Amino acid sequence: MKGFLLGVLLLGSAVSAPAQDLLNMLEGEADKTKGPDFATATFKTTRLINGHSIENVAPGVLDFRISHRFGFVNRGISEFYGLDVSTIRLGLDYGISKRLMVGLGRSSYQKQLDAFAKFKILRQANGGMPLSLSVVSSAMIKTGPYDNPDRPNYFSSRLYYSWQVLIARKFSEGISLQLMPSVVHYNLVEAPEVINDVIALGAGGRFKLSKRVSLNLEYYYQLPDHKFTTSYNSLAVGFDIETGGHVFQLQFTNSTGMTERTFISETDGNVAKGDIHFGFNISRVFTIKDPRQ
Amino acid sequence: MKRSLVIVLLLAATSAYSQVFFTRNGKVSFFSKTPMENIDAVNSEVFSAFDSQKGDLAFAILIKSFRFEKALMEEHFNENYMESDKLPKSTFNGKVVNLKEVDVKKDGTYNVQVEGELTIHGVTKKVAYPGQIIVAGGKVSAKANFQIKLADYDVKIPSVVAGKIAETIDITVDCQYQPK
Repeated sequence: MKGFLLGVLLLGSAVSAPAQDLLNMLEGEADKTKGPDFATATFKTTRLINGHSIENVAPGVLDFRISHRFGFVNRGISEFYGLDVSTIRLGLDYGISKRLMVGLGRSSYQKQLDAFAKFKILRQANGGMPLSLSVVSSAMIKTGPYDNPDRPNYFSSRLYYSWQVLIARKFSEGISLQLMPSVVHYNLVEAPEVINDVIALGAGGRFKLSKRVSLNLEYYYQLPDHKFTTSYNSLAVGFDIETGGHVFQLQFTNSTGMTERTFISETDGNVAKGDIHFGFNISRVFTIKDPRQ
Repeated sequence: MKRSLVIVLLLAATSAYSQVFFTRNGKVSFFSKTPMENIDAVNSEVFSAFDSQKGDLAFAILIKSFRFEKALMEEHFNENYMESDKLPKSTFNGKVVNLKEVDVKKDGTYNVQVEGELTIHGVTKKVAYPGQIIVAGGKVSAKANFQIKLADYDVKIPSVVAGKIAETIDITVDCQYQPK
């Protein structure tokens, strides 16, 4: 009998949990406490090419952006294939919270100031929300002389607004797509019969070629009844190249301006004729507030 | 009667053989030092357990819980180097080799040798590192400092940022346990 009891005791200790069990228990605990697994880095930076992407700058981060477009490449050797001409937008973007970012910019093209706010409403999560959704509202002011100084001009005549909804999904590590329904509002237009609101549907995506290089596409289709007769749809093809704190974006586009009004509703380049600009955006981020404090 | 005696003895046997200490907010931090840039990150949600009877010691870490001084570093760490979506966890599963020298009922700092399997970025290596088990006022904690080579765990650093990320990373472990 004593022998039997001893046997049971020995058996008890022999079959007691192997080392693996501790780790299994820990991994179970870790999985339980894990919050929603949000999709990160759907795009490399806050701009797809000309327009906004679903990405925000992180809270407490200041992003200094230099965006540059040369002239049309089809102007030939006399204009060094467009490189003689340049327009530039200098911008400062800042992340206020995880969901809200704001930005200011000054464009040489039409001497324009712009300001925007972008707010993230939905965040794509693994096993949860299937897509991310943000809204962008921006205001633009033309600061040059009035187009027609002989008529009564008001400050509000210089103002333009745009509203966009960005709907994006990161389908895989390498492929992200985005839709951007957009409205651009003009306070003042050339004639009473000209529309004040341009409506467009944008679509774009990025396709990763390697860990730090991606191919980006962006196209804004203007609804035929809600566009200016002289403008073309904006098309852009570009590459994002990431090097630590910088993101370089190189692109070809038929749009000259780099704000919603100037590229969605006032693109002047006819792609079929070769009216294409070469350009680049450079982003450099500075951490103003340490996220751990 | 006999049967109940056996059950009592069995229960006594199992409880005697598992005195487990546990934490879900241990700390693991790392430090990469180069002339160009120092990078440090800390994870304060480390899961760890120590069985003082058997000497088993285990850690589980969610890679996305490392916090950096710059948001972009954190994004690159997860996106480019650790591939956290594919490989969300890092684990250690091992034993305190010189368990006899540790008495969790007596205050003191016990130098221990730990051996086991360390898994980082999906690569598992057999490792042995020195550490300390500290018992103070009945509270048990574990501390360790060691180094790992990124190349050992198949973490690739592209040449453009090679000067900013050290090949050998200093790891610091600091866990305060509660009896489970």
